Amino acid sequence: MKALEKQRNILDFTLSSLGRRKGKNIALVMVYTFVIFLLASVLFFTHSLKKEAALILQDAPAMTVQRLVAGRQDMIPMHYIDSIRQIKGVQSVVPRLWGYYYDALSGANYTLMVNADLNDRAGEIIIGNGVSWRSAPGKRNNQGLQKNDIIPFKTYDGTVLGLKVKGLLPFASELVTADLILVSETDFRKIFAIANDQATDLVLQVRNAKELPTIAAKITQIHPDTRPILRQEILRTYDAVFDWRGGVILMVLAGVFFAFIILAWDKATGLSAEEKREIGILKAIGWETSDILLMKFWEGAAVSLMAFFMGIFLAYLHVFLASSILFAPVLKGWSVLYPHFRLTPYINAYQIATLFFLTVIPYTVATIVPSWRSATIDPDSVMRM
Amino acid sequence: MIFHPGILALLLGSALTSSMLCYCAYEGVRIIWGWDIRSGSERQLELERRTYLVSLVMSYVLGFQLLSLFLFIYTADTLSPLFIGAMCAAGSLKVNGFGYPALILKIVTCLLAGLWLIVNFTDNKAPDYPLIRIKYWLLLCITPFLIAEASVQAGYLLGLKPNIITSCCGTLFSTDVNTVISDLLALPRLLSQGAFLASTLITMALGLYVYLKTKGACLFSIVSLFHLFISVTALISFISIYFYELPTHHCPFCILHSEYGYVGYPLYLVILVSALSGLGTGIISPFRKIASLHDVIPHIQKRLALISILANSVFILIAGYGILFSNLSLAAY
Amino acid sequence: MIHLQDIRKVFNAGKPNEFVAIEGVNLAIDSHGAIALKGPSGSGKTTLLSILGCMARPTSGRITLQEREITSLPERFLTEIRRETFGFIFQQFNLIKGITVLENVMLPAYPNAENHASLKKRAMDLLDLLNIGGKALAKVEWLSGGEAQRTAIARALINNPTIIIADEPTAHLDTHLSAEFMEIMRQLKQEGKTILLASHDPIVYESKVIDRIVEMRDGKVVSAGGGP
Ligand SMILES: Nc1ncnc2c1ncn2[C@@H]1O[C@H](COP(=O)(O)OP(=O)(O)O)[C@@H](O)[C@H]1O
Ligand SMILES: [Mg+2]
Repeated sequence: MKALEKQRNILDFTLSSLGRRKGKNIALVMVYTFVIFLLASVLFFTHSLKKEAALILQDAPAMTVQRLVAGRQDMIPMHYIDSIRQIKGVQSVVPRLWGYYYDALSGANYTLMVNADLNDRAGEIIIGNGVSWRSAPGKRNNQGLQKNDIIPFKTYDGTVLGLKVKGLLPFASELVTADLILVSETDFRKIFAIANDQATDLVLQVRNAKELPTIAAKITQIHPDTRPILRQEILRTYDAVFDWRGGVILMVLAGVFFAFIILAWDKATGLSAEEKREIGILKAIGWETSDILLMKFWEGAAVSLMAFFMGIFLAYLHVFLASSILFAPVLKGWSVLYPHFRLTPYINAYQIATLFFLTVIPYTVATIVPSWRSATIDPDSVMRM
Repeated sequence: MIFHPGILALLLGSALTSSMLCYCAYEGVRIIWGWDIRSGSERQLELERRTYLVSLVMSYVLGFQLLSLFLFIYTADTLSPLFIGAMCAAGSLKVNGFGYPALILKIVTCLLAGLWLIVNFTDNKAPDYPLIRIKYWLLLCITPFLIAEASVQAGYLLGLKPNIITSCCGTLFSTDVNTVISDLLALPRLLSQGAFLASTLITMALGLYVYLKTKGACLFSIVSLFHLFISVTALISFISIYFYELPTHHCPFCILHSEYGYVGYPLYLVILVSALSGLGTGIISPFRKIASLHDVIPHIQKRLALISILANSVFILIAGYGILFSNLSLAAY
Repeated sequence: MIHLQDIRKVFNAGKPNEFVAIEGVNLAIDSHGAIALKGPSGSGKTTLLSILGCMARPTSGRITLQEREITSLPERFLTEIRRETFGFIFQQFNLIKGITVLENVMLPAYPNAENHASLKKRAMDLLDLLNIGGKALAKVEWLSGGEAQRTAIARALINNPTIIIADEPTAHLDTHLSAEFMEIMRQLKQEGKTILLASHDPIVYESKVIDRIVEMRDGKVVSAGGGP
């Protein structure tokens, strides 16, 4: 109880001291908040992307089978389907046709994918949001492509194939569908020059997810030139890629951060004459070095907590309400199509803890020596001022 | 290496703490060499000021180590999807040989830093600082542990490569694999429950004895150390299953997940606090003979014993709540 | 009450600018009464006061306070003794700006872990006693010289010390305020407190309040004699 009373007294005084030196402390808190805001934005953003990707991949096929020739992915012959369907546990095998298409006009990579719904409607396509924004070179009214607009595609032999937009993909799954164009099988084979007995890959449904590894092993046994990919593995890769991107940004931000640490150090060491006098007075009238250190601890805690929560709050607004305007282009990577999508708010204790480690702890370490130095001012120094 | 924010945070944190401690060790050497409390020389006054810095750093080190212990487990947990077969921290810690040693070193360094602070607190109560050399020697002994912890952790984190096949907690902590841990788990449940109950009773009774009589501190601290192991075993072998509501799931880490209301954090924390306060009463006990500490130490021991009793009561309350209100009925198994 | 034995204080020892501020001082100070340290500027009065007041440790020599040897007490313990035994009044009052008179007076008691409310009450009583209760909630910047002086005295008294130490208390005061200061010292002396003043101002050392004058020169006590 007694110890608490002392803490309370010292905390009281610390807070009123902070208030008295508003100008200096506000500048520090602002920079601190900004640093935390940046780091928190990166963390929240990458984390939500991961979540989003995981959500989308939930509906992805449990297993995809590709064919590898000389280590590179190649078209898979349709007749593989029958032999794979024979394997125990396999429910269905469906061929897929898809590929990346580079559009010189807009300078963007699209993903073209065959959709069964379009099969008897050759010449029509359904496009993702990003595509609609991007490949409207003639349009200056910021409207994007509309229904019945025509996108020209260059086929493998150089002729141009104009396809009519018949619809837009829904908004929700935008991250993955932004650069997606759904085409009919006929048009796809025309553009990519793929023989009728070949597909890009095969998609499997199995009865029991636990059998996936066994089935995968059997497939490679029957067709040694294939590579089965499990959904689990795609998720893993996504995770790693997003973490990696987040990590790179963090490294860049570390530069900003060190500048901030130096500032904190400077603020703490460059005690104003007034502050030095105050600490001297406190020591002279009966405060002990530990009491001053306690005061400095509360001071650091107040500044850190204030900046920490403000930074997190602002980052939350930035990422989940303002669509991460600051660095979405970097994080979303190679695609030049940036969707204007909103992430589902998702924050957990782990992110907060990580953030705390990355910001508050370095700040605290930077202020340890300076605060000790100011706390060990000789009490008799005030008698000579 | 995986560029994961948590990994960066852990590496940064341990680099900071161990370099701070190295600096403290340097100051420690200076103090061991030059300390002369009878002198009023400027050099002595300066050394005295340095003791404040070292205490300050050590308090922060303890705080950081505790935080990083949990962040470490949490990180291992979040990384588990990257490793085939790993479903929680138990699996991802197995990815390479450094995972579990790093975890153990983290716990050890927390306890060591805590013990140092207890010795320091005791010493600061006597005007002649009788333990000054002892505590700085102790500091020099702790430093290698912290550096080892930082290195082993770095070895673990930098050596992580996605897609390594590991075992998940189901195989690591289930009874049909032959490891020391599984041997412990294979003990009849009654036996492990009995051991835990006995150990708790003995620890609390001894704690009460120390509190009332301020005697038997050494025995109490040895018992507390055993109690640490027994509590952790009990937590894994039969307490956690009530929280998981699965009689075959013995994982020490899943209990830290949000599905179980993060109940693992308070449980592990009170286990650590109980061990630390118990060990603390013993470590300062030999110094009772020093005149200036003769009256101080019983006071501190009383307080530590009280903390230990409280910590154990909290453990019993939380674990008891989990067992009583669990939907798991063991009668069927 | 306080015994100094062969006290020596060296600044910057071992460096080219080494300076011996006090050398071979032996002094005994009894409780009750007012003592003035007199001497020219630079003679070591402030240094001696800070050693007497447990603010600084001597380089060598022995000090006992109320029969307790305190020479080599570390700062942690020295501060506690200082807080309980001494009240300090500084040359420029050294009040902390930006906070109220009341808070300034309460500050020395914060580390004592006293209940905030009861501390506040004691501080108010003290301020009333010194007739500045009305200014309790004013910021110290707005105080007149006399009010600042009384605030400083209240602050020195908050921990109920047995010894009051003041270094050149009248250096920045006019004659009227100086006289008022000495009057307050007289009352405190009457209440049984020991007063220790350092000054080269005749108003102080020629005052009737002073029982004994200790004269210093070049870091040495040249006369430890009785009062006027
Ligand atoms: N911290 C210090 N470092 C070096 N010299 C000092 C220090 N403090 C005081 N001195 C010197 O000690 C001498 C005595 O100072 P002081 O005790 O303040 O004298 P007085 O109070 O009588 O004027 C002065 O010459 C002063 O310069
Ligand atoms: Mg002077």
